[in-house]
Amino acid sequence: MKSWPTSSIRRGNAPLLAALCALVALAALLSMCLGSVSVAPGEILPALLNEPRGAAERIVRYARLPRTCACLLAGSALAVSGAVIQSILSNPLAAPNIIGVSSGAGLGAALCGALAPTVGAAVPMASFAGALLGVLLVLFVAEKTGASKLTLVLAGAAVSGMFSAAIDAVITFVPDALNGYSDFRIGGVANLSMERITPAFWVIFAAMVLIFSLTGELDVLMLGADTAQSLGLRVRPLRLVLLTLAAALAGAAVSFSGLLGFIGLIVPHIMRRLLGEDSRPLLAGCALGGAFLLTLCDLLARLLFAPYELPVGIVLSLAGGPFFIWLLLRQRGGRVHD
Amino acid sequence: MIELKNLCAGYGGRDVVHGVSLSFPPGRVAALLGPNGCGKSTLLRAVLGLSPKSGGEVLMDGVPLEALSTRERALKAAYLAQSRTVPNITARKMVLHGRFPHLSYPRRYRKEDDEAVDRALDWADARDIAHRPMGELSGGQRQKIYLAMALAQDAPAILMDEPTAFLDVGHQLEVMAVARRLAQEGRAVVMVLHDLPLALRGADDAALLSGGKLVIRGTTEEVYASGHLDRVFGVALRRMETDGGWQYYYG
Repeated sequence: MKSWPTSSIRRGNAPLLAALCALVALAALLSMCLGSVSVAPGEILPALLNEPRGAAERIVRYARLPRTCACLLAGSALAVSGAVIQSILSNPLAAPNIIGVSSGAGLGAALCGALAPTVGAAVPMASFAGALLGVLLVLFVAEKTGASKLTLVLAGAAVSGMFSAAIDAVITFVPDALNGYSDFRIGGVANLSMERITPAFWVIFAAMVLIFSLTGELDVLMLGADTAQSLGLRVRPLRLVLLTLAAALAGAAVSFSGLLGFIGLIVPHIMRRLLGEDSRPLLAGCALGGAFLLTLCDLLARLLFAPYELPVGIVLSLAGGPFFIWLLLRQRGGRVHD
Repeated sequence: MIELKNLCAGYGGRDVVHGVSLSFPPGRVAALLGPNGCGKSTLLRAVLGLSPKSGGEVLMDGVPLEALSTRERALKAAYLAQSRTVPNITARKMVLHGRFPHLSYPRRYRKEDDEAVDRALDWADARDIAHRPMGELSGGQRQKIYLAMALAQDAPAILMDEPTAFLDVGHQLEVMAVARRLAQEGRAVVMVLHDLPLALRGADDAALLSGGKLVIRGTTEEVYASGHLDRVFGVALRRMETDGGWQYYYG
């Protein structure tokens, strides 16, 4: 973890976190107001509280509300998942979509759609199972190879490739397994209903609560396995528990938003710079930052080429790809390898 | 007190440490000496239960290691690992992590933990850098913080794997001085050291390993006098009496 810049650990993180809260609230409000039909901020609350009457109220209630909730949920879940995975593997390049956790979740969702298409609540569970499989494969490689940073990323790419091929195979046999397959691949939050999001919400909520209850342990785990164990931490079980929770977050997010790229990489990286690596403020910052970034990108996706809409995954990848390459370039020469 | 009885340990089914018996009594600084790859680090890790032992026994205050939980071990022995990550947190927070085994869930730090941290920072002479982020510190300063973290653990024994590696001579001597003060306070201090003159001057006891076997153990005086150091390392270690005690040099 020597690669992270350290110039800006704040004395208190509270002002930054408060600012992030305000940004999230602002982005959510804009997301409710702007789009093909503009709605005044004052009209949002009535539309949510009363039975919707006009077209504008129905749009707010049945299109913008689920969409905004999806952005907030998926953004925070993926960012926190990424931060936890990176801390545990001490690898700043390990994000859910890079090491095969997201594609594992996608495979779970595809299989679920193919085998049990009518059981809506089963999708987050299946995604979680797929994500968990991805995480365990990566953990296995990490323990076998001593977790050299590039090996892990390469192994993750291999795992990711296998899962993607398996998703394609499922789609070949059951073309309707994922409704809106290309949307799923790219990742998007349009055309969702609250019913679709609710089961994933509970999974994400529960996983967040558990992760935040383990921040003290995560802090110690980040000191390295030997030091952590010599401080009395049972390293292996804790690693497994935290990675399972990270998989639950990523799996639940993927189950409704598809394979959104890079959010689990960019947000934790920025937050580590801004907030330092004390787990509690870091993860809180990631949850807020992820929610903000995804909502913002979705707004851009909606507004940039109006009346056409881009899936938010495209906007994210166009921003995230260059960022990832920049990260790799900064770390060339292997100086940050353990 | 930590005792090793006929300890065998290694990796992947291959033993690196063969039947070593040693004890680390309180109030003394013990130096573990030996050429690269002779099993010093493996020995320390096996004593702490960080890597599996394949035979023999480790006793902590008379209790076999296996009978102790990870946390109970942490309360009996602190460890300064050879590879040290540098998370982006303040130095003080880092030292506070040393209190981890003393906390029960939900890990709230109490007043006594803060006091232990202050004490540890004073011991390591690191009060003045406590507020700074780890990443901004020099190698020597980071080492002080790691040392302070192990001290904050308040364990009766402290095992250090090459605590002076990569440090300039001033910082090396400071580490040795801290070790001496800890021993005077009644703790058992064990250090893997590569610098023979530093070890012979700073430690009370020494154990020399070669090829995973114990060659000799005793006071530093006895180990020096045995001549085994010269043979195992292939050097001619000599000494000269000065006003400041014995000075060791390579002839």
